[in-house]
Amino acid sequence: MATAPPISRPQDVPQALRATDEPPVVRAALILATVAFLSLFLFVPLAAVFAEALRKGWQAYFASFRDPHCLAAVRLTLLVAAISVPLNLVFGLMASWAIAKFEFRGKSLLITLIDLPFAISPVVSGLIYVLIFGMQGWFGHWLDARGVQVIFAVPGIVLATIFVTFPFVAREVIPLMQEQGTEEEEAAVSLGAGGWQTFFRVTLPNVKWAVLYGVILSNARAMGNSAPSRSSRDIFADAPTRCPSTRRCFTTSTTSSRPSPRRPCWRRWRW
Amino acid sequence: MTASATRRVLPGFGLTMGCTMLYLSLVVLVPLAALIARGGGMGWRAFWEAAASPRVIASYRLTFGAALAAAAINAAFGTVVAWVLVRYRFPGRRLIDAMVDLPFALPTAVSGIALTAIYAKNGWIGRHLDPWGVEVAFTPLGIVVALTFIGLPFVVRTLQPALADLDREVEEAAASLGATRLQVVGRVILPAILPALLTGFALALARGIGEYGSVVFIAGNMPMRTEIASLLIITKLEQYDVAGASAVAIVMLAVSLLMLLAINGLQRLAGRRYQGGL
Repeated sequence: MATAPPISRPQDVPQALRATDEPPVVRAALILATVAFLSLFLFVPLAAVFAEALRKGWQAYFASFRDPHCLAAVRLTLLVAAISVPLNLVFGLMASWAIAKFEFRGKSLLITLIDLPFAISPVVSGLIYVLIFGMQGWFGHWLDARGVQVIFAVPGIVLATIFVTFPFVAREVIPLMQEQGTEEEEAAVSLGAGGWQTFFRVTLPNVKWAVLYGVILSNARAMGNSAPSRSSRDIFADAPTRCPSTRRCFTTSTTSSRPSPRRPCWRRWRW
Repeated sequence: MTASATRRVLPGFGLTMGCTMLYLSLVVLVPLAALIARGGGMGWRAFWEAAASPRVIASYRLTFGAALAAAAINAAFGTVVAWVLVRYRFPGRRLIDAMVDLPFALPTAVSGIALTAIYAKNGWIGRHLDPWGVEVAFTPLGIVVALTFIGLPFVVRTLQPALADLDREVEEAAASLGATRLQVVGRVILPAILPALLTGFALALARGIGEYGSVVFIAGNMPMRTEIASLLIITKLEQYDVAGASAVAIVMLAVSLLMLLAINGLQRLAGRRYQGGL
């Protein structure tokens, strides 16, 4: 590394083609292909979201927030995210510490289990909670006798959201923590720092961006997911409504008639 | 550094491991046990009838076929996108780079509605496809479009670091030994990024198999034709056929588990290659 002087660095021949560059034609074609593909699958759909939302102007857009249904839905979405994201943050950090800083048997199995909610269809996860807490399920009658409602209510939505967003923080933090090793923490401990001190002064500053990214991902998923709460709630019309889905929209689209693309009921959920 | 030495120095293993196991059991393991107990309790014959009726088989075929097609499209074009974003500098690159994440952050129902609106017969894109006889919305093709949208970030985001890590000197060496650019791409670059590409493909596939929110809007949801497996679970649940829904869910769960094991295997393979290369 240190011995080789920069004999023919590419900067010395500014106009010439480097051996590792494509001809300009190929380069332009690739960029064009990228833009075309992304336009078709990404930009136009995103533009459509905003165009639809603002079609009747800003006033109509903000008026839809005054609709009590929608307000309740927004409030519920925020509440669910406010409960599930901090929980997953704390347990994601704990899992990362245990997995990244220690060696133990069954570690890869544990990682696979943490990843599992990511690969499971959110509909399946919703069904799981119906099986446990529903009237036909394990705890359904017991809870019902005590007047506690879990599914078709806020706790069910929170549980399903926690399940779906469980892996994100841990998934982001574990690789980084593993890469950083344990030397810094060992140094801190040998200098007399306590466990919490070590964690907050040494480990956390090192992984803060990964933690932040994991929280953002998990928040995005918590706010944007409709499937688990749907299967654990939507059978009853008067159940709490979350923003991305309403019962009416889904039942009309599941009766196998072709839903017209401009059906008014989902226009309320355009954001 | 041995395991026992590490364990002695750093505190907190018992606490964090215990809490992790408790939380994992409550959130993941007990619910999954409930599902399997439910499906196992119905007997083999009933399970087979529920999980392998013609309508269910058609939905599996559609779900896996569409997810495979979408993941393949993403693997091909996602590689080009990642390559362009990593290697080239052009106006708007940062904007495109940031927008690649949006399908992940957007509520799935919102993306489904937007895709339906533009690919329907009177939509922005559907209008131009209709004269050619190409129908996208409310056909299996629409499902592939929705899953491509959903899966794009996974392929691009897995490939980008792998491409950025590539050593230019290896390419230079190949070129100086007389390889054409095409040979360098095929023989040097592609093998190096193959594990990342496969991982991205598998992630997009796993996500596509489980996707629900965006697909229901664009699919049309006709039984036997455009009904995906996730929707079938909900339909069965709405008819209070909990056992049937569990049976389909168990099949989906088994497939998810296999996918996940494959992904982890690929990542281990990639890690070994990386270490071997050093």
